[in-house]
Amino acid sequence: MKKQEKKTEFQWTKKDLLSLYDLTAEEIVCILDTAEEFKKVCQRNVKKVPALRGKTVVNFFVEASTRTRMSFELAEQRLSADIINIQADVSSLQKGETLLDTVKNIEALQADLIVMRHSAPGSHKLIAPLIRCGVINAGDGAHSHPTQALLDIFTIREKKGGIKGLNVSIIGDILHSRVARSNIWGLIKLGANVTVAGPATLVPKEFEKIGVRVCHNVKDALENADVVNLLRIQHERQTAGYFPSTNEYAAFYGLNQGNAKYLRPDALVMHPGPINRNVELSSDIADGPQSVILEQVTNGMAVRMAVLFLVAGCVKK
Amino acid sequence: MCERGIKLEAGKKLLFDHNAIQSGLNHIADQIISEFKPEALKEIAMIGIQTRGVAIAGRLREAIKERSGIAPESATLDITMYRDDIGKRNALPIIHETDIPFDIDEKTVILVDDILHTGRTIRAALDALTYYGRPAMIRLAVLVDRDGREFPIQADYTGLSAKLPEGRKMRIEFGERPNQDAIYDIKKKAIKLPKIK
Repeated sequence: MKKQEKKTEFQWTKKDLLSLYDLTAEEIVCILDTAEEFKKVCQRNVKKVPALRGKTVVNFFVEASTRTRMSFELAEQRLSADIINIQADVSSLQKGETLLDTVKNIEALQADLIVMRHSAPGSHKLIAPLIRCGVINAGDGAHSHPTQALLDIFTIREKKGGIKGLNVSIIGDILHSRVARSNIWGLIKLGANVTVAGPATLVPKEFEKIGVRVCHNVKDALENADVVNLLRIQHERQTAGYFPSTNEYAAFYGLNQGNAKYLRPDALVMHPGPINRNVELSSDIADGPQSVILEQVTNGMAVRMAVLFLVAGCVKK
Repeated sequence: MCERGIKLEAGKKLLFDHNAIQSGLNHIADQIISEFKPEALKEIAMIGIQTRGVAIAGRLREAIKERSGIAPESATLDITMYRDDIGKRNALPIIHETDIPFDIDEKTVILVDDILHTGRTIRAALDALTYYGRPAMIRLAVLVDRDGREFPIQADYTGLSAKLPEGRKMRIEFGERPNQDAIYDIKKKAIKLPKIK
């Protein structure tokens, strides 16, 4: 497929991946191009390369995660790294150790990379400059989830041939979504037109300040969209009363047979998972021909391999 | 072979000109043709190592086709993921495309690169190929055999050879302008790399 962005001889120089906000368009394209080659590795008979042989990667998940952790872990294994998994509920954070102390201990084990998820926004930015290890953000609160956005953008680029000029609509709980924020930054930097949509309580007008279109009517978001990215309704936030009921949300803001007629036939339907079937997305569309949801999962591996590889190359001994 | 020692710019010497390079390539092509029977030649996979080995493999394939009427299969290999110095260098080499559109199991593979110097690239390439399959045989063709080996690796087919003193390196201009291929002996500069953030 033809690409808008030309492959550049770009040199990656960052030891951390903290957020897409910190990256230039060139750096994002560098990750995507590198991921293309790693995707081929994932399609081979032997799905393994020795790129990170002898490197130690610590997956430090202070907040629960299954799919992101699984994807990172498999990516690390395919790069031949040595892996340690630490989960918050069994770590010394429970005994009152500070985050920085825990991380310094990980560093003292001669680890090279820390893949961390933390509920506090900005926690990666706090620790990254203080340690020698490379730090990869696997999600920090509602702030940032760069590898998810990169895999979304990778999938869009692969399907559409480029990002520039595309209309991308993100629908759902934008307020609490790190996936939405990271996607917005990444997509804007690569020249897409981004629309966010959902109930006014979850889609604040403030987002207009960073250059996205805000609308509260799903029809407006669906029409003319090249890509529709639906976000999970986070049931854990529901008690706060952001919307009256799940059924009402599904009726007004979900993508279903009722409003699917506004969807362009060539539009991609995406979802970062896990899906609440028939809430934000009806089953027939989630499993339908426009859905690329499972391809997002496959591409996530390649993107994470690329990020681990690039970042590891910049970690000093 | 052209005359050595022509002064071009401060410290830059022409080692091989276009004609020398073409005759080097022809020499390799002749060696390959004489070694393999036509039916075997057809089945050979010529795999160019990114980046310059790819262009050289392409030219070599043309030369073989011109002389024997048979064009071996071609593929490209990027060895970045198989290097043993990630994190030891100041900057990461850029990953280029690997495209091996056929099964290399039981195939005769000819790896093609521009310069054989330390042997480390070839070590990585051999490592890489084992991840793709189990070729029946792997041969190595290089345009220039330079001294300074750090691994016990030698080429099977060599076009040109040169010895360069410490502190010098070869610069190849190949396929960039038509009929302007050249190999220079230049001063090895400390490469200024972007600062790691």
